[in-house]
Amino acid sequence: MTLIALDGVGRTVELPDAPPLQILSAVDLVIDDGDRVSIVGRSGSGKSTLLNLLGLLDRPTHGEIRFDGAEVRRLSDARLARLRGASIGFVFQQFNLLPGRTAIENVMTPLLYDRGAAFWRRERLAAAMLERVGLGARLTSMPDRMSGGEQQRVAIARALVRRPRLILADEPTGALDLETGSTVMELMEEVARETGAALVTITHDPAIARRAVRHLRLEAGRLVPLDGAEAPGAAPAASEAVSAPERRREFESEPEEVRA
Amino acid sequence: MMSFVGRSLTGIVSTFVESAEELRIHRTRVLLSLVGVAIAVFALTTVLGAAAVAQQALNESNERNSGRPAMLSANVYSTSMDGSVADPDRITDAWRAAVARHEIEYESRVGYGALTAQFVDGVTPVDSTIVDPDYGIMHRTAMQEGAWFAESDGDRLAPALVVNVPFWQSLGSPPIATHPTVELRGSDGPVTAVVVGVVRTSDFETYPRSFVLADAVDRLGLVGANQNGYQFEAWVPVDVGDDLAERLRAEMQSAVPDLQAEVYRQDYLSWGGGDPLLVLKLVVAGVAVVILLLGALGLVTISLVTVKYRIREIGIRRSFGATSGRVFFSVMMESVVGTAVAGGIGVALAIVAVKSPLFEQLVGQGMVEDFPPFPIEAALIGIGSSVLVGALAGLLPALTAVRVRVIDAIRF
Repeated sequence: MTLIALDGVGRTVELPDAPPLQILSAVDLVIDDGDRVSIVGRSGSGKSTLLNLLGLLDRPTHGEIRFDGAEVRRLSDARLARLRGASIGFVFQQFNLLPGRTAIENVMTPLLYDRGAAFWRRERLAAAMLERVGLGARLTSMPDRMSGGEQQRVAIARALVRRPRLILADEPTGALDLETGSTVMELMEEVARETGAALVTITHDPAIARRAVRHLRLEAGRLVPLDGAEAPGAAPAASEAVSAPERRREFESEPEEVRA
Repeated sequence: MMSFVGRSLTGIVSTFVESAEELRIHRTRVLLSLVGVAIAVFALTTVLGAAAVAQQALNESNERNSGRPAMLSANVYSTSMDGSVADPDRITDAWRAAVARHEIEYESRVGYGALTAQFVDGVTPVDSTIVDPDYGIMHRTAMQEGAWFAESDGDRLAPALVVNVPFWQSLGSPPIATHPTVELRGSDGPVTAVVVGVVRTSDFETYPRSFVLADAVDRLGLVGANQNGYQFEAWVPVDVGDDLAERLRAEMQSAVPDLQAEVYRQDYLSWGGGDPLLVLKLVVAGVAVVILLLGALGLVTISLVTVKYRIREIGIRRSFGATSGRVFFSVMMESVVGTAVAGGIGVALAIVAVKSPLFEQLVGQGMVEDFPPFPIEAALIGIGSSVLVGALAGLLPALTAVRVRVIDAIRF
C-alpha cells in the first residue's frame, strides 16, 4: 500500500536580492509500507530539503505530496504535526537525544504527543522498546554516560516507540564506527521489518546505502535511480525481503562516485 | 463523543505533563533566571505594603491632630465691637442641648492654654489641651503608660493630668502606678495634680505637653488654662457629617442669637486637595516598576539566549509531533509558571519584611496604633505583575521557538 507519494515535487527558496533558488525539481517518488529506500547525494544536492518534505516538516512549492492518500498541502500545521508524530519516526546522525533526560525519558518523549492510550502507558511502552533494542538494563542511564552505539539505539527506540509507518534515517551511522554502524543498521532494519515500517535512509555511506532495496541519488535537486532497474517510483514489493549479500551484489553495479 | 473528549483530555494533560517535565529538567536555569524577578516583585510588593503602613501612619497622625472622621468643630464668639465676652456657660449649655438632641455619643470641649508646672529644674509653662474624657477616643490618643481620663477623673480634688513623654521624663519617668504628682499654679495657690497617663509621643516632640480635664480647670482655676474660651467637638458618622454640621450650626445660632456660631468639619477627609501621599506613592511605584522591568529584561535576555541554545531540542520535539502550539505553550508556561513562583516567593518575603517589628518601627515611627493587615491588593499586584512579566518575557522566546525550522535546527 502506498504510504507517501511525491508527484512532480519542487521546492524553491526565495532569496533576497537574488533570483529564487531551485533546490528540488520534478521529484517523483513512491514509498510503500515496508519499503527499504536509500538516498545518496552530495552536500547541497537537496537531501535535507527532501527529508523535510518526506517528514512532513515542509511543504513543496510545486507538485503534490500525498501521505496515506491525503494531500499534504491541504492539511493544517497542527494536523501535519500530529500526522508526523503518529506516522513518522526520525533517526538522526548525531542521535539528538534530549539532554538532561534519561534513556527512558527520551524514549517517552514522542508518546507525550499521543492523544490516546499510549500517552498513559508511555513508561511501560518506552521500557519495552528499550528492552527490544537491548538496553533494558540502561533505562535510567543518562545519554552522556552511554557509548555512541548505545545512544543511537536509544534514538532508534525513540523513533519507533509510536510504531511509525515511515522511518526517516538521516545519516544514522555517520557518528559511529563501521562495526557499530552496521549493528545499528541491522537493528533498525529488524525492528522496521517487525513493525512493517518503511525505512528511508539518507546517507553518504555506500555500505549503508546498499543495505536498502531501492537506491536513489539526488543530483542537483533531481532524484534519479542509481541504475535503470531502480527508477524512482518503480517500487518493489513492500514485503520483499532481500538478504544482505544480495543487496551487496546489487550495489556493486552502482557507479563509482556513489561509493566514493 | 467520549473518544473526542478523552483525546482532548489526554491532549491537555499531556501538554501540562510535557511543560512540567520541561520545568523539572531546566529547574536550575529557571530558578537562576528568576532571582531577578523575585527581587523585583519583592521590591514592588514591599513598597506597596510600606505605602499602606505609611498611609495608616499619616491617617492616625491626622486623627490625633484633627480627630477621627467625621469630626465637627463648633466655635461661638461675640461679634460686638465693645469688647464684651460671651458667657461660656451659656454657650456650653447651647452646645450640650444640641448634641443631646441629635444623640451624639462622643463630644468634648476643647481649650488651649499654658499650665505652669513645677519641675525639679524650675517652673515651666506647659502647653496644655483642656478636654473632656471623650477626647481620647475622638482623637485616637494612644497611651504609652497608664490610661486616658475616666469620667470620674473630673471629680478628683487633685486634678488628673495626661502628659507627653518629655513631661513624664521631666518628672524622672516615674511608674504611673505610683501616682506621680506635679505641682501646678492655681488661682488660690499651688495645686497638686496626679499624672494618670503618658501619651505615645513622636520622637520629634521635645517640649512637655499635657491634657487636663475641663471640669478640673473650671473648678480649680488653674492659672493660664483656657484663656480663649472653649470650642466644641463632636464625632459623628461620616455619611451624615456635613448635614449634621449645618444643623448644629443652625441650632446653636438660634440658641445664642446674639453671638456668631460656626460649625464645620475638621477631620482630614474633609480637607480635599487629593491624597497627600500621592506623589510619594507615584515615585515609589515608578521605582518599583523600573525594578520590575529590569527583572523582566534579564528574564527575556536569558530566555532568548536559552531558546537559541535549545533550538535543537525544540526541533527534535517538533520532529516527534509537537505542534507549534505545544512548543509555544511549553516555552510560555515555563516562563509564566517560573515567574509566578518567583512572584509568590517575592510576595511572601515582602509580607515577612513589612510585618516585621523592625520595619513597623521604621515606617510607623512608633506612632501607628493599628497596623493595617498586609494589603491584599499589594500581594495581588505582586503576583499579577510577575505573571504578566512572565507572559511578556515568554512571548518573544516562544515565538522564536515556534519559528524554528526543524531540520535546520537539528542539523546545525
